[in-house]
Amino acid sequence: MTVDEVKIGGLGAKRRRVEDSRFIRGMGNYVDDITLPGMLHMEILRSPLAHARIKSVDASAALAIPGVQLVLTGELLASRNLAWMPTLSYDTQAVLATDKVRFQGQEVACVVADDPYIAKDACEAIVVDYEALPVIVNPTQATANGAPVIRDDKENQHDNVIFDWEVGDQDGTDRAFAAADVVSELELHYPRSHPSPIETCGSIADFDRATSKLTVYMTTQAPHIIRAAVSMVAEIPEHMIRIVSPDLGGGFGNKVPIYPGYVVSILASILLERPVKWIEDKTGNLISTGFGRDIYLRGQMALRNDGKILGVRMHTDSDHGAFFSDAQPTKFKIGLMHAAFACYDIPVAHLTARGVYTNKAPGGVAYRCSFRITEAMFFQERMVQAAADDLGLDQAEIRRLNFVKDDDFPHRTPFGFLTDSGQYGKCLDIGLEAIGYEDFLKQKEEARKNGRLLGIGISTMTEPLGAGNSREYDILGIKMFDSAELRVHMTGKALLRTGAKSQGQGHETTWAQIVAHELGIPADDVVVEEGDTDTAPFGMGTYASRSTPVAGAAVSMVSRKIRAKARKIAAHLLEVSEEDIEWELGRFYLRSSPDSGVTIQECAMAAYSNLPDGMEPGLENNAYYDPPNLTWPFGCYIATVEVDPLTGVWDVLNFVAVDDCGVRINPMIVEGQIMGGLAEAYAMANMQFITFDSEGNCVGSNYMDYLLPTSWETPGFELHEVVTPCPHHPIGAKGVGECATVGGPAAFVTAVRDALKGPGVRNIDMPLLPDRVYEALTEGHDVSGSPPVRTDL
Amino acid sequence: MTSLFAAVTTETPVDTPIRRITVTVNGKQHTLDVEPRLLLAHLIRQGLELTGTHTGCDTTHCGACTVLIDGSPVKSCTMFAVQVDGHEVTTVEGLASASGLHPIQEGFRDEHGLQCGFCTPGMMLTAKALLDENPDPTEDEVRWALSGNLCRCTGYQNIVKSVLVAAARLRAKDNVEEDEAP
Ligand code: FES
Ligand code: FES
Repeated sequence: MTVDEVKIGGLGAKRRRVEDSRFIRGMGNYVDDITLPGMLHMEILRSPLAHARIKSVDASAALAIPGVQLVLTGELLASRNLAWMPTLSYDTQAVLATDKVRFQGQEVACVVADDPYIAKDACEAIVVDYEALPVIVNPTQATANGAPVIRDDKENQHDNVIFDWEVGDQDGTDRAFAAADVVSELELHYPRSHPSPIETCGSIADFDRATSKLTVYMTTQAPHIIRAAVSMVAEIPEHMIRIVSPDLGGGFGNKVPIYPGYVVSILASILLERPVKWIEDKTGNLISTGFGRDIYLRGQMALRNDGKILGVRMHTDSDHGAFFSDAQPTKFKIGLMHAAFACYDIPVAHLTARGVYTNKAPGGVAYRCSFRITEAMFFQERMVQAAADDLGLDQAEIRRLNFVKDDDFPHRTPFGFLTDSGQYGKCLDIGLEAIGYEDFLKQKEEARKNGRLLGIGISTMTEPLGAGNSREYDILGIKMFDSAELRVHMTGKALLRTGAKSQGQGHETTWAQIVAHELGIPADDVVVEEGDTDTAPFGMGTYASRSTPVAGAAVSMVSRKIRAKARKIAAHLLEVSEEDIEWELGRFYLRSSPDSGVTIQECAMAAYSNLPDGMEPGLENNAYYDPPNLTWPFGCYIATVEVDPLTGVWDVLNFVAVDDCGVRINPMIVEGQIMGGLAEAYAMANMQFITFDSEGNCVGSNYMDYLLPTSWETPGFELHEVVTPCPHHPIGAKGVGECATVGGPAAFVTAVRDALKGPGVRNIDMPLLPDRVYEALTEGHDVSGSPPVRTDL
Repeated sequence: MTSLFAAVTTETPVDTPIRRITVTVNGKQHTLDVEPRLLLAHLIRQGLELTGTHTGCDTTHCGACTVLIDGSPVKSCTMFAVQVDGHEVTTVEGLASASGLHPIQEGFRDEHGLQCGFCTPGMMLTAKALLDENPDPTEDEVRWALSGNLCRCTGYQNIVKSVLVAAARLRAKDNVEEDEAP
């Protein structure tokens, strides 16, 4: 009897989430929920200045406070050669400042005390004498002649440039431009934003002198990378380190880098031989941990009069703050920026990129996206829009004209990626129909006659999700594959572990669904564990939408290994040869007599009780999966908005999202990911913004100034789906968690600009705050959020 | 000097300014000695070991710490423990009853109203206060009521749906109970 896949919670089941039973009871286990016997508490003293020499640090008053156990300063760390640590991008970062502070909020000293209140009091009692230095807050200042060198700690660093990098075909691109009828141009700033999960970062380090083992509970999206890094920095053998990432209150890229707080809590625990807990406050999180974006983009597009794109030039200037600490694949200095324009059939392109140091917090992390993809796709869509405007073409038509066609796969993108599947035109059609495109255009004209400003914006993109393959993708030389380990117990229940780490994506639910799909074991019979490096197989963790493309594929592959062994056992039980049996979900049967068969559960029992001669007992295995390519989901996002001409405030009228992420494991969870992603897209377009004054003071250091949309502002989203299976993923799935964040912002911005459209306004930088929109509307010119970088390309 | 959290006992250390308070949390009465500056959120989390109440900010904006005080939603990170002397506090741990989950908890689970779960306790308690007062809210009323609680994962759409579903179930339950009344 065949098992009903949806009933057992297999592929396509809208299975309720397993993890919710603890979360809705308040029984989750986040880092701050853990209390260890004898635990102490750590607080960080941060620099109030963005660039200053440290003349002295006096901690005597802090040490005199009862309950203070230890004060750590840069000097103390330096005496143990621990004042600096390597970053994930071959740079170094100060753990605690010694010579200078290089951004506001930089870690200067740490206090460990009996409770966090005492630790905070003691931080305030530390006296630091600073000598202020000139401050650099943008790439223009960083690259100006005679600019002070921020990283004078580095031997061969004589300016503020981190890298100059290029990709593509310069000569070919020049030829395309020479042959163009029209050249369109665009320049914009993708402002600094912060992933800002509601839970901040934190750790509890617990060094056990008796066993020499270090256990660290911490908010990390990549526990195994942390284990390797801690082993290198603290010189503790890797097998003596256990990193546990418990429940995480969101991550969005913020919890990938290694922060000084983690490192100092570890050191404090080693020195004091007691557990030390560090829980960052929100301001600390917003001003010192991995921000996203902060990049200036300019480009040109070579076009034929009919709208066909002939070539693209791009230049980016990225502001990485004081330390280059964001994880980027080693080969690609500006991440996957060169995945731009992948959904369009463009023969040639050239990109130059320059990264600089400034006196701002380090970062440039992949905030809910693959490395720099959000910036790439935003620029792509705004550039296509600029071209449509220049040529007087409809925004849907110019996209349709240039899309890679369904039967043109595999397709080489202008920068050399290989896309493998998609139905771009179909997604666009569904989107246009859902939003009522033609009707809306008429409505817009009507409304305009009555002084109302309506606009519509389309954004379409395919993006590479799921880093690796390991040929091209590594971080610090560690190849980007992932893993799964499956144990089937004798009663047919199972334990699955992977190298990924959920932060709300629901892996405990979906991974079990993949096992159910592959083996016919009900998903409820599979328990999933992640995040403990002592038990989970090695993996690169969860970010860049890589869980389903890589770890999820490993879950399929390990299940198939189990099935292959179970087949041998089944043949033994049925007393036939392997060739005589067939598989259907949950059961092997005799081809000649389909009624005789054995279930996967019976095979599991036999693996421990009745094996063929010479077979190794047990039913467990592991799989390391190195994907042959990235997965290429597609998204079409369309927003309609109304702008209030008196205030510049804009409201979303409707929003339609059409996502093609291949086969959906759990459609409910996929839709949840898309809605969450869209809310962040809206946030970036509308209000979310961290900026700096000329002194390097961070404006946006708490939720009063850094605005996250609430349930009141956030619009409703209408979702549609198209399914083009990924040709190389074992179950045809593609990444999805970030598509909406990546593709969404351009839809909102284009819609607002469309509402204002008149001569002159080509760009308003995000976030589209009412004053910016109002200025564009009344003055009729571009509104840039930040100073331009360079005038040459 | 004893640690702040260790001070949450019935014994008063001599050298710390301590106030004795009596508070009912999830139906259970506690008499506690606390430092005057101890925040309610910390009393609940560390003192009473009810870690379902989360803290996500320093400025009373995120609402992860929301509890009910005498039935009204309050951000417990912005209130001192001594201020609840003589009052009743409900935390997420007090939502379910002996007979099972509260319909709001079920609503959140059924409608995928949570992802990382960090905002969820606060969201559910704010929702409870709303539904106690207004059993049949419109979508806009739900959105307005929840606007003091931030969620970074869900985009709110499913949270709103969860609350509306819970409201409908609670009304249906009330109707049944009324019908069954003598
Ligand atoms: S922790 Fe209380 S409102 Fe954020
Ligand atoms: S579910 Fe993660 S913050 Fe709401």
